Amino acid sequence: MSLHPTRLEALAAARWRIALRLTGAMVLLYFGFISLVAFGRPLLATLVVPGLTLGILLGALVIVASWLLTWVYVRWANAHYDRQLEAIGAEESR
Amino acid sequence: MSQEPASTAIGQPNAVAMIFFFGFISVTLGITWWAARRTRTTEQFYAAGRTISAGQNGFALAGDYMSAASFLGIAGLVSTTGFDGLIYSTGWLVGWPVVLFLIAEPLRNLGRYTFADVVATRLRQTPVRIAAAVGTLATVTLYLIAQMVGAGGLIRLMFGLSYERALLLVGIVMIGYVLFGGMIATTWVQIVKAVLLMTGALLLAGMVLLRFGMNPAALFAAAAARYGEGVLAPGKLVSNPFDAFSLGMALMFGTAGLPHILMRFYTVPDARAARTSVFVATGLIGLFYLLTFILGFGAMVLVGPEAIRAVDQGGNMAAPLLAELLGGTAFLGFIAAVAFATILAVVAGLTLSGAAALSHDLWVSVVRKGRADVREQLLVARIATLTLGVVAVALGITFKGQNVAYMVSLAFAIAASANFPALVLSIFWRGYTTAGAVTSMVAGTLVTLGLIYLSPTIQVEILGREHAWFPLRNPALVTIPLSFLAGIVVSLLWPEARAVEGYPRVQRQMHLGSAGD
Repeated sequence: MSLHPTRLEALAAARWRIALRLTGAMVLLYFGFISLVAFGRPLLATLVVPGLTLGILLGALVIVASWLLTWVYVRWANAHYDRQLEAIGAEESR
Repeated sequence: MSQEPASTAIGQPNAVAMIFFFGFISVTLGITWWAARRTRTTEQFYAAGRTISAGQNGFALAGDYMSAASFLGIAGLVSTTGFDGLIYSTGWLVGWPVVLFLIAEPLRNLGRYTFADVVATRLRQTPVRIAAAVGTLATVTLYLIAQMVGAGGLIRLMFGLSYERALLLVGIVMIGYVLFGGMIATTWVQIVKAVLLMTGALLLAGMVLLRFGMNPAALFAAAAARYGEGVLAPGKLVSNPFDAFSLGMALMFGTAGLPHILMRFYTVPDARAARTSVFVATGLIGLFYLLTFILGFGAMVLVGPEAIRAVDQGGNMAAPLLAELLGGTAFLGFIAAVAFATILAVVAGLTLSGAAALSHDLWVSVVRKGRADVREQLLVARIATLTLGVVAVALGITFKGQNVAYMVSLAFAIAASANFPALVLSIFWRGYTTAGAVTSMVAGTLVTLGLIYLSPTIQVEILGREHAWFPLRNPALVTIPLSFLAGIVVSLLWPEARAVEGYPRVQRQMHLGSAGD
């Protein structure tokens, strides 16, 4: 069994919260877009600049935003999560 | 910009296509020969010895995921329907963040070769492995049928080869990769394919944009000028919002349950590399789907929907026709070879993951209770590969001429309702039990298959009945919650003390890796 269950458990809970929030953001983003496609046709047909409708712009933004969400997670994990894991590992091998 | 006549070299023997095609085959078989000498252990056969770097795995994931359906199918859909095709471009990407947030790292730390390793960690091996193998094989088989039927049709269209010969060719080359080179060869085939596909799509999109002053909006405006403002906004494809939500759920949560994608996370050295590889893959796949906007509308404006439908009713030849128009027969040859490489890489990844379920989960863990030596394990893995390869060709021939486009979304529905809930619950919920896992995986697979059978796609479109009992084309809206619910309710009704006791160890290993034991 772990020597420091509480610290690891706290980190596990933190990771779970981040993962859930980001998954929730992804769900809102994509199903928000699909809802607009289903119920907001006139809105999506609005021209932002000649040739570019709001629908095409938002579709592209869903793709870019998905990638940005993965970037947010990778940044958090590299900076915070990995450092905590290292600290836990170092503490245990002491 | 006048539309050029619909004369095309597609389907005729094309010297450049042949050169690229044989070039690709010789390079990948060379890689296979090199990989075969490095494939002596099960870890090398299934997981490339865990030596693939994060960047390499990012490309391989993209190569494993981007099928001919996404390259040719979406470009075709956009070129013939406009905006409605773009709904697919976004849908195929949104599963990747979910893979990263919930699955990739725990999977890498908890399993060895298959996702069943993770579900079975603290549960009873035999029932869990059998149920997981059912989910895996159902997903892989449906995906394989869709790929093989698509491959036969495409190669016939592009190279003028007969359907059966095309399937045999795909089957033999793919079996060669997996049988001798295992995951090492499969990975490099996927990397080469991803580079070729990205290069082809970038070149093609660049050539389209050159004609519109490098301004995508000018391209869209030209499409609207010729075919009406309607092509830039949602049309008739999403007639039933529930259908759209259901398909969206299958795509979003199915990616995180695809056995051939999950297996790739075992090829990297650690969880951090798994994390980085999803980030790279999401970037590549996202960029590719953004390019499909340009390719689709480019084909619509420059080639024209009528000319595209004249070559292939389904619109699949939009990108090749566009390539021929912009870069002549030579560029058409290159794009045709890229499409072929695309098919091979996806089929190889699918076959390897199916073989792992048959040999690692069913034979080694269930039949032999883990007492098989490396020699036997590799032998069984190779027999399973050969069997699956033959089955894939046979299924491809059986389903010849059938409309199997729905089978990919069906594979996603099963992955999302059978594999994904079991993975998430086993990773994050202490109280999950063997009975709960088996119920949710079996129910997820069977109910999905049953509802598909009762759906309008099968009942109305294929069997020609008046009415379908189940209204949705994709059942994920019902089956994903059902599978979660079944797993949770059964686990609560029949608790399993040993599974609960095992959770702290699982939690440790999931975060600290197996070195932290």
